[in-house]
Amino acid sequence: MTVAPNSAAMLAIVFLPLLAAIVAGLGGRLIGKVPAKIVTTGALFISAALSWPIFLGYLGGSYGASVVPVLDWIHSGALQVGWELRVDSLTAVMLVVVTSVSALVHLYSWGYMAEDPSQPRFFAYLSLFTFAMLMLVTANNLVQMFFGWEGVGLASYLLIGFWYHKPTANAAALKAFVVNRVGDFGFMLGIFGTFLVFGTINIPEILAAAPDMAGSTFNFLGMRLDVMTTLCILLFIGAMGKSAQLGLHTWLPDAMEGPTPVSALIHAATMVTAGVFMVCRMSPMFETSEVALGLVTIVGAATAIFAATVGMVQNDIKRVIAYSTCSQLGYMFFAAGVGAYGPAMFHLFTHAFFKALLFLGAGSVIHAMHHEQDMRFYGGLRKSIPITFTAMLIGTLAITGVGVLGVFGFAGFYSKDAIIESTFASGAMGWQFAFGISIFAALLTSFYSWRLMFLTFWGTPRWAGSEHIQHAAHGDHHDHADDEHAADEHDAHAPDAAHVATGTAGYHPHESPWSMLTPLILLSLGAVFAGYLFHHAFIDYHEGEAFWAGAIYFDTHLMHEMHEVPYWVKLAPAVVMAIGLLLAFYCYILRPGFPAKFVEHFRVLHTFLWHKWYFDELYNVLFVKPALWFGRFFWKKGDEGTIDRFGPDGIAALVTTGTKVTARLQSGYVYTYAFVMLIGITAAVTWIMSR
Amino acid sequence: MDHVAVNELGFPILTLMLAIPTIAAIVCLFVDAKMARTVALGATLLDLALGILLWASYQVGGDQWQFQEYAPIFGRFAWALGIDGIALMLIMLSVFLMPICILASWTIEKRVQEYMAAFLFVEVLMLGVFMAQDIFLFYVMFEAGLIPMYLIIGIWGGANRIYAAYKFFLYTLLGSVLMLIAMLWMVQTAGTTFIPDLMVYDFDPAAQTWLFLAFFASFAVKLPMWPVHTWLPDAHVQAPTAGSVILAGVLLKLGGYGFVRFSLPMFPEASSELFWLVMGLSLVAVVYTSLVALVQQDMKKLIAYSSVAHMAFVTIGLFAMNQQGIEGGMIVMLSHGLVSGALFLCVGVVYDRMHTREIAKYGGVANNMPAYALFFLLFTMASIGLPGTSGFVGEFLVLIGVYQANSWVAFVATTGIILGASYMLLLFWRIAYGTARTEEAAKMPDLTKREWALLAPIAAAVLWMGVYPESFMAPMRKDVETLVARIERAAPAGDAHIERGAAPAAAADAHHGEGGH
Repeated sequence: MTVAPNSAAMLAIVFLPLLAAIVAGLGGRLIGKVPAKIVTTGALFISAALSWPIFLGYLGGSYGASVVPVLDWIHSGALQVGWELRVDSLTAVMLVVVTSVSALVHLYSWGYMAEDPSQPRFFAYLSLFTFAMLMLVTANNLVQMFFGWEGVGLASYLLIGFWYHKPTANAAALKAFVVNRVGDFGFMLGIFGTFLVFGTINIPEILAAAPDMAGSTFNFLGMRLDVMTTLCILLFIGAMGKSAQLGLHTWLPDAMEGPTPVSALIHAATMVTAGVFMVCRMSPMFETSEVALGLVTIVGAATAIFAATVGMVQNDIKRVIAYSTCSQLGYMFFAAGVGAYGPAMFHLFTHAFFKALLFLGAGSVIHAMHHEQDMRFYGGLRKSIPITFTAMLIGTLAITGVGVLGVFGFAGFYSKDAIIESTFASGAMGWQFAFGISIFAALLTSFYSWRLMFLTFWGTPRWAGSEHIQHAAHGDHHDHADDEHAADEHDAHAPDAAHVATGTAGYHPHESPWSMLTPLILLSLGAVFAGYLFHHAFIDYHEGEAFWAGAIYFDTHLMHEMHEVPYWVKLAPAVVMAIGLLLAFYCYILRPGFPAKFVEHFRVLHTFLWHKWYFDELYNVLFVKPALWFGRFFWKKGDEGTIDRFGPDGIAALVTTGTKVTARLQSGYVYTYAFVMLIGITAAVTWIMSR
Repeated sequence: MDHVAVNELGFPILTLMLAIPTIAAIVCLFVDAKMARTVALGATLLDLALGILLWASYQVGGDQWQFQEYAPIFGRFAWALGIDGIALMLIMLSVFLMPICILASWTIEKRVQEYMAAFLFVEVLMLGVFMAQDIFLFYVMFEAGLIPMYLIIGIWGGANRIYAAYKFFLYTLLGSVLMLIAMLWMVQTAGTTFIPDLMVYDFDPAAQTWLFLAFFASFAVKLPMWPVHTWLPDAHVQAPTAGSVILAGVLLKLGGYGFVRFSLPMFPEASSELFWLVMGLSLVAVVYTSLVALVQQDMKKLIAYSSVAHMAFVTIGLFAMNQQGIEGGMIVMLSHGLVSGALFLCVGVVYDRMHTREIAKYGGVANNMPAYALFFLLFTMASIGLPGTSGFVGEFLVLIGVYQANSWVAFVATTGIILGASYMLLLFWRIAYGTARTEEAAKMPDLTKREWALLAPIAAAVLWMGVYPESFMAPMRKDVETLVARIERAAPAGDAHIERGAAPAAAADAHHGEGGH
């Protein structure tokens, strides 16, 4: 027999971060920096401490799905929306991911943001984000999910633009919000359509009714379309926006303008995975449409390869990891697309740990290198910051999926291999495409991950070329931690470390404080053991079915089949991982001049990748410029040139005979007419009625 | 109707709510400036208190018309008052915003007595519109309400105030005349001036179209709908802050109220027949004015254009002619009243310090005015329709409602959420973020206590309506249900035409068994 988790605990998990955000945000000035930080960090640690027993309870099979009602929200006719907290195994997974990473990021920010004058605001935003994310993952209806969805968007906007004096940060924040709104446009239409078709927005009811709707058709925008395919694709457009999938991905790399802890929490571990979560939450619905799933597979796979190729040429350490995130999200999506929701969620789970680790590690490197983010000015750091180095090394081993079959592997080994194998076994629409890409992108993942490691921690120091380091070495002390900047500012075609000055410039990198190292160590544990400990529960065909218990569509057959794939399929990820490592080793350790030569020979390819496949340029021409042009056109030619000219101004000209218009207007004659006429009308009515 | 004399409370609360500002307005004309302010504030606060009493004693789910009062004046003309839930909510909006407007006008120094009197008269006439049950009483209130508004723009406005007042007049005049003629015809045909009776009278569908268009001419200008919206940006830009607040907050709602009180229940067939006229103009407004807002350099103009786009959601919702659409349209009205009012107050706060509305003169005010920036951000988000704020509830209901009527309308209208986010965040960025572009902007002090008192209540209301809109929707529910039941026969059928697929259950099982596709 299963029971429901304690509802008081659920309420505390979700609402403590909100309370803390309000206290720190509104009372930050009153109570001071340190109390504001204690309140928020404390709230998150309590939330995390309450979340783990719930997760373990589901793991042990003692808990069942339940809903904690909180308050009525929108009631209108058949539309009944409530504030409710749903908890089942899917929610429980997200709870531990969100609260754990968030708590550690709060702690990490004590050190990373120590010099910032606006710390209460920063911590309040972090807690507010966590609250919105928790509302998203506990949603029992699509509208509350949308509340969380937009709420995390708001927090993301505020945190990307946290250093609001920087134009680049503001632009990135605005872009993130607006691009996400494009996705939300699809999400909202999906919700409307779902309500039209099912008469409800409650997720369990929709999922129960969905199979009966399979194969139905309706009119949408004058076209006769399959109901379930249309609804799923509309919802998926929302997922594409939030999870930065190809086409709506352009905001994510720019989002790196935010402080690094934000990147780790929001743009790696939690918010960007919301799209994957949504597809998994709605998986029984997606299962009714093969076409929609095919689209999910293809978009996911295309994103995986796109982001991996762009990630190879980035020089900014954070942007490499950002593209890596984008690519890994693609993996999760095509796993969902082929029906392997278990592996998709499992990769989401392990990825949260190792990607947060990589980002926080990068933050620690940036901290040590006096806010320099360009890897071309790193090198040889493994001896000066050994703990950060070890953590990053573990993160890299986890993301590249190192492990020995049947013995032990790092987190990514279990989850990524499960995705690759289940894709091969599924035979679903687009599986060949996704499988081919999954292997090739794994090679690229290995390459760019090791490239990052080699450029940063091996070789000779190239610190002398960095302006940040020079400032530091010359004692120009920076007061703020807000000098993070994109490496784009440097010459685009200076390939890697080719002609950068070597030397330390007399600078001594220092290891980060313990507030930053503790989260790194804890996340390292996650990156090492998360796969080994939990893979049975998430993806085993027997245990998995018991664990998920209907929270996602769990295909036991596929989970069984994926172990039966040919041996070369199982071996392939390991082989390409090794090839990627060797390539990176050759390029950045053995022959440091090689990348420059390579780029010279393939300049067109490099330029194409450097410009991120020209998406930003394309969107600028297609959307931004026309919108502004039309805005000006409607204003000047429409309102002023047509409506006013032939409307009020034209009449004025007729009434007041040409030249005297201005004089009469200014003397107020027309205005007097108005007054008199109104009184006249009123009098007329009175007279008519009194007869 | 002669027997309706005493209402539930035992005293004529509606007449009292009209009498208090009337008397106060007259008093204002005979006292000094300082006293006039106090009298005006006192009177509006008293009306607010009565409004709260009214809301508290309103019986949700009770009689359709409550607190009715009736006194024949002469001929057919009668002092007939009474409210339903829809009117109640708009009355609450008015009495809530009025004290805020008076307080926002504390810094006015020119002809204070007349100014306060004009505002109090605006309140009387606005409340009169929502309370009137006699069609000609409604008309008088509806048209006369504009006179003090002309005065406010024309006397206390900016440099180009005469032009703005003139434009305001010209647009409204034509509609007024047509509406009056239609009203006379209706009274003649139906044989009553009593609005509740007219609301259930079935006019000949052929005549309905003409009547609808005559009313439409008046309401479309007030709302305002594209292309008769161009008076609004000028009126807002020239009006003093409190004038803009009351204009955006309540006066624009008169048009929406007119649609829901007259056009829909009295001309349901025409409303359905002219579906595409209303939707077409509304959709143009959403896209067109949003794009125009995107390129504005003047803060007030930007918010004025955004008002046109938002008010288009009202008509879209109302003419979807179903429960969600109409309730959504009502909530958009209430929400927009609060939010755009608050945004104009936010403009007023910095205008008082810098005396310019030019966006380019600001920047970085989050540094020196953090509390201001927080309020501004909240209202920006509410304007964008962020869930948890009032803006979302209305927009969402409107869109989900209209989707059932027509997917094209929903599709185009929903683009408004992208465009709205673009221009509002661009505005917020240029004002609050970045670095100050002028020295004066960097030196502006944060909110005073008086300014806190203006913005904090609206912020609380915006969040309340966003998190628990039930407080505001429950009183209107039964009235909207009555309306929907009346217009059901004419409501658009929807374009979805779902056709169920065959034998889905078996297919799902087989699919499960195969474990793939």
